[in-house]
Amino acid sequence: MTAHEVLPIDREFTPRLALRKRLGTLFGILSALAIIIGLTTLGLLIADVVRDGWHVLSWDFLTSYPSRRPEQAGIRSALVGTFYILILVAIIAFPLGVAAAIYLEEFAPRNRLTAIIEVNISNLAAVPSIVYGLLGVGVFVRTFMLGRSLIAGALTLSLLVLPIIIIASREALRAVPPSIREAGLALGASHWQTVRHFVLPAALPGILTGTILALARAIGETAPLITIGALTYVAFTPKSLFDPFTVLPIQIFNWISRPQAAFHERAAGGIIVLLAVLLLFNGLAIFLRARLQRRIRF
Amino acid sequence: MADPIAALTNAQAARAEAAPRVQAPTAAGMDVEQLSAFYGRFQALAEITLPIHPGAVTAVIGPSGCGKSTFIRCLNRLHELTPGARVTGSVRLEGVDIYQPGVDPARVRQLVGMVFQKPNPFPTLSIYDNVLAGVRLHRSRLSRAEADEIVERSLRAAALWDEVKDKLKAPGSSLSGGQQQRLCIARALAVEPLVLLMDEPTSALDPIATYRIEELIWELKQRYTIVIVTHNMQQAARIADYVAFLLAGEERTGRLIEFDTAQRIFTNPKRKETEDYITGKIG
Repeated sequence: MTAHEVLPIDREFTPRLALRKRLGTLFGILSALAIIIGLTTLGLLIADVVRDGWHVLSWDFLTSYPSRRPEQAGIRSALVGTFYILILVAIIAFPLGVAAAIYLEEFAPRNRLTAIIEVNISNLAAVPSIVYGLLGVGVFVRTFMLGRSLIAGALTLSLLVLPIIIIASREALRAVPPSIREAGLALGASHWQTVRHFVLPAALPGILTGTILALARAIGETAPLITIGALTYVAFTPKSLFDPFTVLPIQIFNWISRPQAAFHERAAGGIIVLLAVLLLFNGLAIFLRARLQRRIRF
Repeated sequence: MADPIAALTNAQAARAEAAPRVQAPTAAGMDVEQLSAFYGRFQALAEITLPIHPGAVTAVIGPSGCGKSTFIRCLNRLHELTPGARVTGSVRLEGVDIYQPGVDPARVRQLVGMVFQKPNPFPTLSIYDNVLAGVRLHRSRLSRAEADEIVERSLRAAALWDEVKDKLKAPGSSLSGGQQQRLCIARALAVEPLVLLMDEPTSALDPIATYRIEELIWELKQRYTIVIVTHNMQQAARIADYVAFLLAGEERTGRLIEFDTAQRIFTNPKRKETEDYITGKIG
């Protein structure tokens, strides 16, 4: 065997390599362009909102109830409503979602029934939110006679985010290597002890991140709450779970649908507050993930 | 610079002398009789019968896929946790069949500890808490002094104390691979097992870390019965008192070809298959 049989010389190789490198550069530029378009659009939207709404932001704006006179209108009831909804959805959806994920991932037998349940949970995560609103009207508002109350809204939004929490938690649990479960079992831990003491702590960063992002989704939702009849004008903060309520997106929606430009400015101010809350949440999720994951290496 | 291995040995020997001797639990023997293991319809092991002598190292050797790992996982009832897996026959620990009705598998796994191929310290726990993980499952009230005592005793027994005594609060996963494996050994010893199973404990480690684990096994067999799976014949020859040679045929069901003292298996095996395997003709 000669040297040229081992390593043949291809005269076309160098020109083709140059072409490949050019194609690589071109693809890089296209990808960068995609990012620039996405970010610029978002940046313009935010800049527009900030320009319109910046001057209405004040302590009074945050602490005043809505009003017929735009210069006096504030977001107090909406901000408080959003806060209550957030807490309630967290209390309802987090334990249910995590428990469902633990069951499906750690305890459920692998059979046709669980396969059907899994497919349906994935489908539920993709169902338009208005459909959850209709379900909320039928089940919580009418059948359970909860009316247009805080609790009806919280239950409806909990249904909406439950599939997201379940899916995120399952992925976090699945990312814990089987060797951790074996280590627990081999020490004489029961199945539940293994999950509780060794698997769950390792999956916690992922579960928390998924839950926080799901909650951020919940407080940004408008359609299901309009469907269940959350009020657009609420000049008080809810005193009990069964009181009517409003939330930021609904308040914004209400102001935008008014003809007066002064209300549009109030809406822009509300959007800035909502964005700030959402950003805070995403930041918290990133912080928690970084913080907890630094300790956890498999 | 002197030979690093020799230096390691001397340091190790000096440490072993300095360390207080651990209270010896009486080593227990096991008797495996007609043990067959299945994954669904697939039979992984057929009718294995052999004794596991107390206070000795029994090595299980054989080519890949011969059922070595399945066998060792039957000794602490870990095999049955794989969906569809089951076991027939009996495994007696000090005369009591661990598979008979009324036996709690979790209790079996306390008495028959296990160390795995890949070091698997709990990633969320510190070195200190890793050692105590098994103890805390069974004892809810543990005084600070007791806990400290168990941690030090177990880490000394696993020849890790001197390397980690100043950073017990550091995460277990911050240690090197060999240290992690010794941490896993310490964690297994902390629950005071009678038998220690080791499933290829050094196959993920470098030669020096491997050497330290082998040296540790030498020390541990004074107090524990050890069963070790290894695909490394030199390792089996270095550390084992008894050797079980498993081999799977066409149908991939592992069978016991020969069981004897390490001496006889490596110098004068009775079966031709054993000789072929240890001389490198098969596997």
